[in-house]
Amino acid sequence: MLVNQFLILGAVLFCTGVYGVLARRNAVMVLMSIELMLNAVNINLLTFGLVVGSISGQVFALFTIAIAAAEVGVGLALVLLIYRNRSNIDVEELDLMHG
Amino acid sequence: MVAQNIIFGFIASIVALSAFRTVTTRNIVHAALYLVAVLAGLGALYVMLTAEFVATTQFLVYIGAVMVLFLFGIMLTRAPLGHLDDLTGKQWPVALGVATTLGAVLIYALVDAFHAAELPTDPVIYRTADVGDSVFSTYLIPFEAVSVLLLAALIGAVVLARKD
Repeated sequence: MLVNQFLILGAVLFCTGVYGVLARRNAVMVLMSIELMLNAVNINLLTFGLVVGSISGQVFALFTIAIAAAEVGVGLALVLLIYRNRSNIDVEELDLMHG
Repeated sequence: MVAQNIIFGFIASIVALSAFRTVTTRNIVHAALYLVAVLAGLGALYVMLTAEFVATTQFLVYIGAVMVLFLFGIMLTRAPLGHLDDLTGKQWPVALGVATTLGAVLIYALVDAFHAAELPTDPVIYRTADVGDSVFSTYLIPFEAVSVLLLAALIGAVVLARKD
C-alpha cells in the first residue's frame, strides 16, 4: 500500500470538515465537521507512525481522541447555553461582535 | 497486497462519501448517522494501519460516547427533525472554494513529497501492551495532563449547562 493512499484520504476528510465548518449554519453540525477534521489528523498520525516505525503516532492519536471528547463536551454545553439564551443555534445570528 | 488495496478502496470510498453527505445532507439526524459511518470506516482503516488499540478506542469513545453526546445535543436544542432547507448558509460557494483550494494544495504537496512511497511491507507491530507501556513511561506527564484536561472539561460542561 502507498503512503499517499492514507494521506490523501486524510486531506480529503480535512477539506470536507473545513467546508462543513464554513458552510453549515447549525452549531451542532459545525461541531460534527470539527470531528471530521480531528479524525483526518488521526489518520495522518497513524500513517506516519507506521512509516517511521515509532509508537508515538498511536499514543498521539489516543491523546487526540481524548481531546476531541473533551472538546465535544464543552462545545455542546456552549451550544446548549446559546440555545437557552437565544432559543436557536444558528451561527449566522450570533453577530453580537458585528459593528 | 492487491486484496489490501481493494479493501482500502472500498472502505475509503465509504468514508469519503459519508463525510461528503455529513456536510451536505439536509437532515440533521442523518448527518449524525453518516458521521457514524465515517468514524466506523476510519476505525477499520486504523486496523489496516496496525493500530488495534486506537481502533478499539475509536469505536468506544467516538461511536459510543461522542455520538450519544451529539444526539443529546440535537434533541436538547430541539432541532426540527426531517428535511430542512436552512442548514447550509448562503456563503456555501465561498466555503466550497476555500475547501477545494486547500484540498488542491494539500494533495499537490503530498503527491510531490511521497508520490510512490510504499508503506513498510514488514512493519514493526505495536500491540496494546506496548501502547500501555509507552503511555505510562515515556508519555506519563502528557497522559496526566490529559486527565486534568478531561476533568476541567467535565466541570466546565456541568457549570455551563446547569440551569440557574
